[in-house]
Amino acid sequence: MKASNGEILLEVRNLVKHFPLRRSLKDIMQGKRSAVRAVDGVSFFVRRGEILGLVGESGCGKTTTGRVLLRLEEPTSGEIIFDGQDITQLSRQEMTRLRRRMQIVFQDPYDSMNPNLDVFRIVAEPLRIQGLARDHDEVTERVARALADVELTPVEEYMHRYPRELSGGQRQRVAIARALVLDPDFIVADEPVSMLDVSIRGGILKILMRLVRERGLSLLFITHDLSLARHFCDRIAVMYLGKIVEHGAADSLVYRPHHPYTQALMDAVLSTDPRQKHIFTGLTGEIPNPANPPSGCRLHPRCPLATGLCRTEEPPLVEHKDGHWAACHHVEQSLARLEAKVTTAAAAEAE
Amino acid sequence: MSELVVQDLRMYYQSRRGQVRAVDGVSFTLAPGKALGIVGESGCGKSSLGITLLRLLPPNGRVMGGSVRLGGEELLTMDEETFRKNIRWKKLAMVFQGAMNALNPVLTVGSQIAEAILAHERVTKEEAERRAKDLLAMVGINPARYGHYPHEFSGGMKQRAVIAMALACNPQVIIADEPTTALDVMVQAQVLKAISDLRQRLGLSLILVSHDLSVVAQTCDEVAVMYAGKIVEHGPVEEVLVRPRHPYTQGLTQAFPDIRADRAPIVSIPGTPPNLLSPPSGCRFHPRCPLADELCAREEPELVEKGAARHRVACHQVSVSGEVAEVRFA
Repeated sequence: MKASNGEILLEVRNLVKHFPLRRSLKDIMQGKRSAVRAVDGVSFFVRRGEILGLVGESGCGKTTTGRVLLRLEEPTSGEIIFDGQDITQLSRQEMTRLRRRMQIVFQDPYDSMNPNLDVFRIVAEPLRIQGLARDHDEVTERVARALADVELTPVEEYMHRYPRELSGGQRQRVAIARALVLDPDFIVADEPVSMLDVSIRGGILKILMRLVRERGLSLLFITHDLSLARHFCDRIAVMYLGKIVEHGAADSLVYRPHHPYTQALMDAVLSTDPRQKHIFTGLTGEIPNPANPPSGCRLHPRCPLATGLCRTEEPPLVEHKDGHWAACHHVEQSLARLEAKVTTAAAAEAE
Repeated sequence: MSELVVQDLRMYYQSRRGQVRAVDGVSFTLAPGKALGIVGESGCGKSSLGITLLRLLPPNGRVMGGSVRLGGEELLTMDEETFRKNIRWKKLAMVFQGAMNALNPVLTVGSQIAEAILAHERVTKEEAERRAKDLLAMVGINPARYGHYPHEFSGGMKQRAVIAMALACNPQVIIADEPTTALDVMVQAQVLKAISDLRQRLGLSLILVSHDLSVVAQTCDEVAVMYAGKIVEHGPVEEVLVRPRHPYTQGLTQAFPDIRADRAPIVSIPGTPPNLLSPPSGCRFHPRCPLADELCAREEPELVEKGAARHRVACHQVSVSGEVAEVRFA
């Protein structure tokens, strides 16, 4: 078993992705530039053999981050260091070669597969693109191995089926097999189970977990579901409006969220236990427009702890304790508030 | 306020390959002011149940039998004209899945709610507008936004506006089909809070259809678990979700880990839900059930009270006193 040995496989430094907006003539005359700041200075790392969860609400930039990592979208600026090499500098050709080691699994397997190809051709396609499909027997063997890895067995039974003949769970297994056929070191999985029924998503997660634990694969698991991230990921990074506001070990993040945003997010996750009556405090207002994010800390217009400092100065993402990082000017107050809340809840329960 | 009593309801879709038994012998009673959650996976018949109650079936959907009574009045055999005039939207209303995306983009949200009132009641335009504004306020939207268009509303506001619209004619029972499914958690919390407030204020009964156990755990009094067109377990949420007895419910609760619980692998239930064109014999869950024996394959278990009051289970492996082996899915 190749467990996580702490070695960093991928490191992202100050990654930025802006999508330019169409400008009116007036804006152009006035020299105004505007862009949706989908990813706006994001830094994190993924170790070998670990699962990092990237969590946030829709529109926070988590999907764009995943796509930029593989340069499916070109970054506006920043560095993506994969195995010691800054891949933002690589040519198209070099990038294609590198994709042998970096793969992605999308949310909707039906959308990301050619419906006219059978399972064999879908899974073999990356080999063909990489020019590794010269020997038919070898291709067959590698496809069969990938299908066995995702437990689509007996493989002969699935090889010549079409996507429409498969269930949602089976299709997602094919998508994972396609990512695995090149034997990558790193996989981005973007909401891989969010379209699946709860009774089958566990099967997909188990496969991914096994690959990570047995082969030392690294996984960036993008999800909106904090409960899922808590039970599946080793570490979790939380995004809000194009920024990572907090990251740390899954347990630490869930039991001791440092950032007011993470605390509010945790608060909104409902318990499946009906005896735990839920008191939702939440945040006021709504997520601002990422084309025009607030100054300073992006949460300040919604944050109960915000001060003048938060309005003017952006808080840096700093390490507080044992690999737990947060970007907040008022972490102490935030933690004190959390503690007070826990005490009140315990007192209410005792009553 | 009146009681909703559903007995042995059957609704099949007619297809070229035969009948799809989407709702196949469903019985439950919903007391006035209570909230019932219907949980289950896609294709288990939970949404079909909603449109059957409201008699909004597609052309190939046919009620095959059973009875639906609201306040003692039989709804299934009532003629369409009477049903439309007196029941649909007036007493029984529905919030459809994804309804917030069905708002007309070129009409203001407020006028669409007023329109719903004018379509069913003889009131003046001014009266309809006033009531629409009250409804908006009731779901936590500032009535000043009456004249705003759907694109000026956030997802959560649109969903609340759609709920307000379902309330246009003061119904007694609301059926909400996955009302928070496409929403982010914080917005979900706001919408669920709006629904709870409304129930308290208006004494509404609620049928909440959801695949999400946590939504039902936090909003409903009772839960019915559906599998392959049938209710397999039904009772108070504190009973069914805390001490699930049916092996399928046990699996479902294990597959839905609580965020505050200790870290645990996420389990799955082996196999896939059956095709409702030709459901399995006996208990429909038996091909996927670790406890199944020969009896389960042969004979269909009845949904009966076992162990606790009002806790009904349809499983041969659950004893009369409610004892059952604990099933650990992996």
